[in-house]
Amino acid sequence: MIDARIIKELKQTLGAERVLDSPVDRVAYSYDATWAEALPDVVVLPLSTAEVSATLRIAHRERIAVVPRGAASGLSGGAVPIMGGICLCLTRMNRILEINPEELVAVVQPGVVNMDLQQAVGRYGLFFPPDPASWDMATLGGNVAENAGGPRCLKYGVTKDYVLGLEVVLADGSVMRTGGRTIKNVTGYDLTGLIIGSEGTLGVVTEITLKLLPKPAARSTVLAIFDHIEAACQAVNRVITSGVLPLTTELMDGDCIRAVQRQRDYGLPEDADAVLLIDVEGWPEALQREVDLVQAACEAAGARAVHCAHGEAEAERLWAARRAISPALAELGDKLGEDIAVPRSRIPEMVMRIRAIGRKFDLRTPIFGHIGDGNLHPYLICDRSDAAMMARVRQAAEEIFLAAIELGGTLSGEHGIGLAKRDYLERALDPVARAQMLRLKRLFDPHNILNPGKLFAETETASAP
Amino acid sequence: MGKSLERLTQPLSGPRVHLPALPDYSVLRHCVRCARCLPVCPTYQETTLEVQSPRGRLALLKAVADGVLPVAAEVEAHLYHCLDCRMCNTVCPANVPIGECIVAGRAAFAQQRGLAWWRRLVFRHALISAERLGLVLAPLRLYQRSGLARLVRLLLRALPAPFARLRTLEALLPPLPAHPLHATLDVITPPRGVRRYRVGFFLGCMMSQLFAAESRATVEILTAAGCEVVTPRGQVCCGAPQDDQGDRVQLRRLARANIALFEGLGALDAIVTDCAACSHMLKEYGALLADEPAFAARAAAFSALVRDIYEWYDAILPATLGRPRTPPLRVTIHDACHLANAQGVRQPQRRLLGRIRGIEVVEMTAPSACCGSAGIYNITHPAMAAQRLERKLQDIASTGAAVVVTNGPGCLLQLRAAVRERQLPWRICHISELLAAWGDLAAEEEPTAWEGADVVTPAEALATGSIPSDCAGMPLKE
Repeated sequence: MIDARIIKELKQTLGAERVLDSPVDRVAYSYDATWAEALPDVVVLPLSTAEVSATLRIAHRERIAVVPRGAASGLSGGAVPIMGGICLCLTRMNRILEINPEELVAVVQPGVVNMDLQQAVGRYGLFFPPDPASWDMATLGGNVAENAGGPRCLKYGVTKDYVLGLEVVLADGSVMRTGGRTIKNVTGYDLTGLIIGSEGTLGVVTEITLKLLPKPAARSTVLAIFDHIEAACQAVNRVITSGVLPLTTELMDGDCIRAVQRQRDYGLPEDADAVLLIDVEGWPEALQREVDLVQAACEAAGARAVHCAHGEAEAERLWAARRAISPALAELGDKLGEDIAVPRSRIPEMVMRIRAIGRKFDLRTPIFGHIGDGNLHPYLICDRSDAAMMARVRQAAEEIFLAAIELGGTLSGEHGIGLAKRDYLERALDPVARAQMLRLKRLFDPHNILNPGKLFAETETASAP
Repeated sequence: MGKSLERLTQPLSGPRVHLPALPDYSVLRHCVRCARCLPVCPTYQETTLEVQSPRGRLALLKAVADGVLPVAAEVEAHLYHCLDCRMCNTVCPANVPIGECIVAGRAAFAQQRGLAWWRRLVFRHALISAERLGLVLAPLRLYQRSGLARLVRLLLRALPAPFARLRTLEALLPPLPAHPLHATLDVITPPRGVRRYRVGFFLGCMMSQLFAAESRATVEILTAAGCEVVTPRGQVCCGAPQDDQGDRVQLRRLARANIALFEGLGALDAIVTDCAACSHMLKEYGALLADEPAFAARAAAFSALVRDIYEWYDAILPATLGRPRTPPLRVTIHDACHLANAQGVRQPQRRLLGRIRGIEVVEMTAPSACCGSAGIYNITHPAMAAQRLERKLQDIASTGAAVVVTNGPGCLLQLRAAVRERQLPWRICHISELLAAWGDLAAEEEPTAWEGADVVTPAEALATGSIPSDCAGMPLKE
């Protein structure tokens, strides 16, 4: 528990109304979108870089854990204050500071919600490519901390590909600026890249300079139906080798199809083993050519049927089915969502492994994902009140992680390591690289106050070697 | 085996605190905490505080069940910060009935801690029927007629901040009709011409007492469309205020009384009400009394007959209404929360207005976002209600509409008070008023009376009103 003296000092520094320590407030900041819960001792709501800096100076001096937090929609436990301490909630630093349509640059505070930025830059005919499924609530600070992705990352890349510069408050309260506003920038080490995806363990991002792109004029959606999920995975490879880089390649397996069809008729065949939703976008003149190539590639891969959506309404209906997966699966019970990624060529094998693991542990494992970028989201359907089943769920999750690593893949495509996967990091990283990471952590955060217990166990980062 | 994963997947042990009225634990834990409800929640939009979000409120209820938080005033106060607008319900991917959980939480707290004295007074004695509300309003009617009103208003303005609530209340009160509708409406109002339908008319307390002319227009339109309108004497409040304020005991009493009353009317094609809050509550009777063997089937049968006035108009009125006009009257639809969010009724009102020639519908960005009225919320939480009102006014202004149509009496009060106070150039009307004048149905008032309602540009509206311009979009650095 934090000393009352420190809470008093925080209140004097930021104003009492933005330092919350009532039991009710602490409960409200004790979770993210996982099942983990832990109470912070105090919640701080800064409005400026100076206030973040002042908070960190106090935390550094007093050796208090600080957990930066945006909308807490994360899926790896990253924003859960497992060591108590200060919950540094950045949602009130939510101003878009600049939109420059000529330079294709936006400067934002970390609490700006991804969708709010999309809407603001949309008025200039621009867009910000990273589109995590949580885009309507997740903050850009959180997107940077987790290096968030989304369905269209196959074509456009992930958050790190769109961050030009950062302002970061370091553990001791000092303020660091990294990068700049130019696309080309090789002046010194890439500290921007180091901070992106560091999950709040190296510093607190207080300003983000982002790269924008002009919005493409048109979009087409192709639906391909497969009797075997392997063929669907092959189809994606064929599409790409045929010279088309699709916007999205969304896979839904039979379990997902039947789950959404049970709720409403989206026009998907319930006897299929998998469907692919492939979107292409660009100038209308070029689109038909790309649609033809996609259709040919899917047929060559053995699709039972290939269908191009006629008009926006039909495309929207198909995408509504994709968005309905998560709620439809919620009807089946509790679910542990996973987020592994493997090289694209290994996707068919990974899918088979997941199905085998599901059978081995007697668990339903519906699979969907943005497979073009190698990212799969197998779900483990379970009942949280059933202890024996939860033990099987843990074992199954572990085997899925290990299978992904074995196939040359990674533990997490876009959700982050956080608390959920930190104990598997050792097996997923090169030992020399991991040792360097720990040194970096100690260099940036000598007192281990920044989001302790995430990425690495708190004991590993506790003291200098 | 990873310890960290174990921490995330610990089996749930279940609740440690059992309060009979608390939402079922399995419902509370069904919230996956995805945060999807945050951006649509009015109080979260204003504060960006987690305790002011639907997810936060469910977390508080779960913490109470877990024994982490006490059944105490500071937790209860947070449950009442919710407007009960049910916007969260419309986006929840896990289909958690969030709004219902929050009002159930209020009821659980009331059961455990007792109902606050003023709630007991209002919801057990004053707001239980149109008649009883009339007794409360009688001195106010006198006061409005006496010329005292102007003096009091001046006095209230001069009084210090603690009297702000009284000031809000006074400002909200519209000129009261000379006679409430229930006092003048016959039990049977015959149809004009051939009888096509026989409908029970549920008189909302607020509609009858405060908006008698609007409700009278409803009866006129119904009879013009061939409905025999049966308005039984002795109706009591639908129970929506009780539901909202944690008084489940009184709510059940009211529900049983209304069901029994309407059962005595013989066969009906529908039970119609022109109040959005009533139509929602009446439709909920089936679920509410499902655990009472004596009433379950009767309540379900009652609820199945209930139609909101928009739904009923959409079902029975001719395919084209009104006459073409140039330029058309620009109208925007404000959906009452308990109509659109709670009942999912969004299309009937749009289809209906689309059928009136001479009217052009211009949509707001967020037609079903709460205007801040929210039952008695604008009196219990005036600051938050005022913030919501600002957003709503801004959204109305952006449409350039001259007329705002709705069927929530709370919305009528809230929006009309704003229009009066700021002299905004809008007419805030109930759907029945608009139909009566513009639908060529039961027209007692010629559309010419609406001529004051001209098309207004957002800039003009902003110039005349006191809408702060910083509500418009996000600030950009030069």
